This record gives sequence, structure tokens and C-alpha cells, in this order.
Amino acid sequence: MCLAIPGKVLEINELQGLRAGKVQFAAITRAVRLDLVPEAVVGDYVLVHVGFAISCIDEQEARRTYEILREMGVWEGELPPAEEPPPEHSAP
Amino acid sequence: MSGKSIIDMVCPVPFTTSNTVLLGHGSGGKLSNDLVRDVFLPAFGNPELAQLNDQAVVRVGQSRIAITTDSFVIRPLFFRGGDIGSLAVHGTVNDLAVGGALPLFLTAAFIIEEGLPMDVLRRVAQSMQQAAKAAGVRIVAGDTKVVERGKGDGIFINTTGIGLVPEDLNLSADRAQPGDVILLSGSIGEHGIAILAEREGLEFESALQSDSAPLHELCAAILSASTSVRCMRDLTRGGLSSAMNEIAAQSNVGIELNETAIPVRDEVRGACEMLGLDPLYVANEGKLIAIVPPDVAHSVLRAMRANPRGENAQIVGRVTGSLPGLVTMKTPLGTSRIVDMLAGDQLPRIC
Amino acid sequence: MKYLDEYRDGALARRIAAEIASISTRPWVLMEICGGQTHTIMRYGIDELLARNVELVHGPGCPVCVTPLETIDKAVALALRPGVILVSYGDMLRVPGSQLDLFRAKAQGADVRIAYSPTEAIKIAHANPDRQVVFLAIGFETTAPANAMAAWDAKRQGLTNFSMLVSHVLVPPAIRSLLSSPHNRIQGFIAPGHVCTIVGYEEYEEISREFRMPMVVGGFEPVDLLEAILMLVRQLEASKACVENQYVRAVSRAGNRVAQRVVNEVFEVADQKWRGIGGIPASGLRFRSEYAAFDANLIFDLAPIATEEPAECISAQVLQGLRKPTDCSAFTTRCTPETPLGAPMVSAEGACAAYYHYRRHNLVALEESK
Repeated sequence: MCLAIPGKVLEINELQGLRAGKVQFAAITRAVRLDLVPEAVVGDYVLVHVGFAISCIDEQEARRTYEILREMGVWEGELPPAEEPPPEHSAP
Repeated sequence: MSGKSIIDMVCPVPFTTSNTVLLGHGSGGKLSNDLVRDVFLPAFGNPELAQLNDQAVVRVGQSRIAITTDSFVIRPLFFRGGDIGSLAVHGTVNDLAVGGALPLFLTAAFIIEEGLPMDVLRRVAQSMQQAAKAAGVRIVAGDTKVVERGKGDGIFINTTGIGLVPEDLNLSADRAQPGDVILLSGSIGEHGIAILAEREGLEFESALQSDSAPLHELCAAILSASTSVRCMRDLTRGGLSSAMNEIAAQSNVGIELNETAIPVRDEVRGACEMLGLDPLYVANEGKLIAIVPPDVAHSVLRAMRANPRGENAQIVGRVTGSLPGLVTMKTPLGTSRIVDMLAGDQLPRIC
Repeated sequence: MKYLDEYRDGALARRIAAEIASISTRPWVLMEICGGQTHTIMRYGIDELLARNVELVHGPGCPVCVTPLETIDKAVALALRPGVILVSYGDMLRVPGSQLDLFRAKAQGADVRIAYSPTEAIKIAHANPDRQVVFLAIGFETTAPANAMAAWDAKRQGLTNFSMLVSHVLVPPAIRSLLSSPHNRIQGFIAPGHVCTIVGYEEYEEISREFRMPMVVGGFEPVDLLEAILMLVRQLEASKACVENQYVRAVSRAGNRVAQRVVNEVFEVADQKWRGIGGIPASGLRFRSEYAAFDANLIFDLAPIATEEPAECISAQVLQGLRKPTDCSAFTTRCTPETPLGAPMVSAEGACAAYYHYRRHNLVALEESK
């Protein structure tokens, strides 16, 4: 019922009291409203539904999904590498 | 349950057939096919048309001539990677080429909306000439009509193309046989997503360009590699799914695709994920599929990859004898699902 | 794509399915609430992977399917009025009303436009000051905050030509209604992951306690759903009944407080009719009086509409998980996506449509083997 996909926040701006930003999904970017996730910062991943970020994606918790599976004996692989922090200069 | 029969009951849900033409009738899926089957075939019925290929091959004296026609109504008129003019030329050249024809001549008829800037028309014409030159065809006849402001979308273009088909060549959508291999010339969904990016209500930024391109040289390369190609089809509206479903129906065979083998660029993936679209149904303008017997599959694949328009060619599936008329796909989980023919346009979803 | 591709790992998915098979001592009946989850299950064949151990029953979590017939008719009526621009999410365009759907209304000259986001409807209102823009605001709790923000934006920006036709549904009352039915067969629920990003899962804990029902908040990718199913089966095998969270990367127990505040400021709970099911008390949202200026129901003079669903349609039972689309005598014959008789065939997320698009070949194979 709820198509929401994860994307990376590239920039944030406040225009006339509206919190918005550019979010990147694979190789496309789109303007996304960030009013519902005041805690999100550039570099965070957010879940986007109908043009609004509805939640931040917690990297630690995401890894926990794999931990749970490992504990259940279902998964023995390596955890995907944690993402590099964004460089100091602004994103393209 | 009451004793009412299906005819008696007041059904709140509409009709089994539409008595007006809908936008969906133009989207290249099931509704489009219904229109052809219910209106045009009965009216025009003849053996060449009944084959329902992208082009008709007719005999005139000693020669076999391929004829095709197409109309272009795209909005916006200019987009990244092309415009309505180059689209028209490429589309018609490709319809001829996938039938095994050497494309030779095009006609171009324009229906122009009053008020269209002359500059726009010049740009379109120049673009067509450039595309024609690159494809080795000449635009030799044309027509112009102008309609009142508000009665046309800027400009509509109809092109008819003529080419020569070698005597011994018989490519047709009804020739696929169980065991045949399905080759795809490259990644899917680029044209549709490039256009969508510029449409109101769905804007997003991407570097994606339409893949609109002439495929006559790729087709020639495929036919040089093997004389036993069953058929080729360029993918347009309705995407890979439509082409596969049409061939499955016309050859009365099953088709099994392999999801992980189908190349999709990141931009297309991102946009499709965001809008809830399936790349299998998104429009293409510079890709084709070729169906070949299994013993020549690898040599044809090599020939495709050696051509600039086929660098990313892949084997994406095979023709089977089971479930004739149905297209199925093996998922990354190893399970199987149907790739249905879409009724009308694919719509973005929130669900 | 990060946080997406990893959860589509075929090998991992198969291993989880194998684990489910190895720990199941009997077949279990589970329901996934959300249409998006149904879509993933059908598209990736998860039901086939688990066929012998888990029966997956599809719930009414498709807001497109359950939007009342009257709402569609109102939207169509408004769209056909000169001077109105009707803006809608794409999914709603083909939902049949009593006579027309929005697509066919467009063919008759109505100005109907698709928006991916409610902010687009606001933009259209600004760009067309001499027209009335009506936004068809449907959805579950996931979409309510975004729809609420549209109304909030409109109020702050002083828009006078913008209104919304609201049809929001809430999941917990629907679950309670299902579980209270004497015909209920559901033994465990996969709770809707994106709804829970907004509202959290405290209310689901109440339901779980009240009905002794195992629940796992699940995501939307194959690995998410399989993991959620594994967690449910483990509970059932151990006779436990509590709420667990599989979708930990996006869902917290309290949910998104900011989003909840936005919804509460603009909307209030109301009784709501669910297409195919009927009225469920306190299961919907309507505008608060402070936002009456944006309520299309109040602004426009809309005649009351009486509606009737076709008798052959068993969507009520399908939506409640009592019967499968394949049990229906009209399935794939008189009822198809182009000619739907009922709600679940309409939307791509509906159970009947999902079966039709992805599973029809099983029926064909059955027929051929006869």
C-alpha cells in the first residue's frame, strides 16, 4: 500500500519555512520534502513516499537484520561494507 | 448470492468494450491490439496485414518490398537524446530493418498546429535530415496540413518507409519455435524514463538520454551472422513485454525470460523504483530483440556485441512449447511469474 | 540501490525459506496486510517458495481497492465540472466508479492530472488561479502525513482554489474487524512496514494481546518478508504471541512523532466505508473543522450517490482472506483487470489483480492437465 524507497540526502534547504532537499535514488535525483524528518542531515538515507521523506534509515539497525539472520543460522556471509562518510566539499 | 445472471445485474463497473477511443488505445499494449483486431483487421483484412509484423513485405515484379508506416505524437517535442523528427526517422528505419529490409526511402507528412514557431519546424526538419542521412535513407515525398490552434499537440508526424528485402529472407513474428533463443540488444527503458523526467508532475533529474537510434546496421550484422534468424522486433511503446507477448501469441509458443539477464541502467532502475514502474513495460526507441535457433545464438550474440548499437547485448530468454501464448519470467529467487501484456499505459503508483 | 538490492538476494531468500520449512511442524495461515507486500510476494513467487508450510492470505491493505465507490463517483463528477482540475495519484485513474473511471472521464474532456506527490497538486493550484484544483487524497497511515502537509501548505500559502477529496483508511480497526469474525483463519500477521514507520507499533501490541495473535512488522523486499515470516513461524511453533519488528532499519516502536503531529493537526478519526467490506467505525480520517475550507465534500455541492456492487464479486471475502481469487467463478473470465467486477481486481496491488498478472499460468497448467 505504500511504495517508499530509500535514497541518499544530497542537499538540504529551507525555503519559506519549508524544509526540502535533493535525494538520490540510484542515478536519479529528485526534490523531496524533509519536513517530517527534521533530524535528517546530508549523507543520511531516508525512506521516501509520495515525495516526502517519512523516516531515516538507520545503518546500525540495517546491519542488525543480518545479525538476526546470522543468529538464526540462515546467513553466514560478510556484512556489506559501511559507506564512506561524504567528502568535505559539497556534493555535485 | 442472488439468482441474477450476469446480464441482468446492475453492474456498477463499466463495460466490457469501450465505445470511445481512450488514451490507452495508443499505448502499444492490449488495448492497442484490441483496436487493430476489432476495427482495422475486419475493415482492411488481407494476408499481409494479418501477419501483424512491424512491416509488410509485398512482391512487386521481381522485387520484394517492405513497407511500413508510423505516426509520432510525442510530448515534449524536444528531449534529451532526440526530438520528434529524429524519432520519426529512426522509428521507421527500424521497422523496416527488423523485417530484413534495406531501408531506402521515407515519406513525411506533417500535421502542424497553428501558431507553432517556424523555428521549431526548421529544427525538426533539420533533425530529420540528419537522421535520414545517418541511416542512409532519403525523404522523398511529404505533405503538410495545418490545424487550428488547440487541435493538435504542436506537431504530429507520419512517416512511411520503403525498403528492399532479399529474396530468400523470411523474418516474421509467427516463426518462433520451442528451443529458440531470445537475444536483447541492450538495456531497456531509457526512452520512456528520459521522457518521463520532463513531464509535469513527475519531474526528476537524471543524465539519462533517450536511446532513439537507427538499428539498420545492427540488423545487417545479425543477418550476416546467420541465415536462420526467425524474427527481429524493435522495442517501442509497451516495452520488452509487449514485443514478447505479441511474438508468443503470433507464434503460439511460450516464452521464458530470465530476470537477472535483462540489462537495466541505474537511472532507469531508480526512476522505476520511485514511481512503482516495471522496466519491462517502459518504452524504448533504439533496442531490438532477435529470435534465433539455439545453434547460432552465440555467433549472433558476438556479431551484435561487435556493433556499437549492440555492445550490451544479452541472451535474455528462450522459447518453449509449454504455456503457449504466455510469457513467464524466472525471478532472482528462482520462482516464476507471468509477464503480462499491459492493458494501457503503465501508471505511476503510490501503493 | 543501497538498502534495496541487499534485500533482494535470491540465495539468502531461498535459505530463509528452507529454514522456515525445516522448523515448521504444521502448515500455518498468515496474512500480510499491505498491498505492496502482496505485490512483492506475487512478483517474486514467495508464496510458491513456501507453499507447503505457509499459506499466505492477502489482506485489505490496498487503499486503492478499498476506496468507497461513492468517493470515485464524486471524484469523477468533480472532474467533469468545467473549471475543475482533478489531480490524483496514478493508481486511482483506472478504479471503476458506478459509470466511469477517471481515465474515461478524461477521455470525455475532464482535466485529470497525475501527481507523484501532493506538492504537485499545490503547484498546479498556484499555476491555475482561475481554476479549482481538487486533489484526490487517498491512502493509509503512510500517506496521511504527506496529504496533511498539502492541506497545511495550502492554508499557510492562503490558497483559495485548492481542496481535497479525502478518503483515508486506518489499518488497526480493519485488523480488529477481521479477527473478530467467526470465520477468521489467520494465525499470524505481517504488519505493514511503511504504515508503522509513521505510527509505530504500540497499537499493534494491544491487538496482539487482545487476540493472542503473533505479529511481525515487515518490510517490502523478498528478504524482509521471508525474515518476517520466519519470525512469525518461530513464534507460532513456540506458542508465543507478541509483536516483533523485522523492519528495524525504518521502524521504531514510537513511530515518527513529527508525522503523527502533522496528521493530528489536520485530520481527525471518523467512521469509514471500505469498498468490498462495508462500514468500519473509527477506521478513517476526515478534515478537522479548522481545515473545512479545503474539504471538497463541503465546498462542492455533490449529490448523494447510491451504489451497488455486482453480486458475483466475492471481493469482500477475498479482502478478508476467507477466499482466494482463484475460488471466484468470475476470475479471469468475466472479471479481468480490463473489466474488473470488484475492487481487488482494480489496483495492481489488489489480490485478484496480483494473481491475474503473476499467477494465471498456474491455472492454465491446471486446466491443461485435466
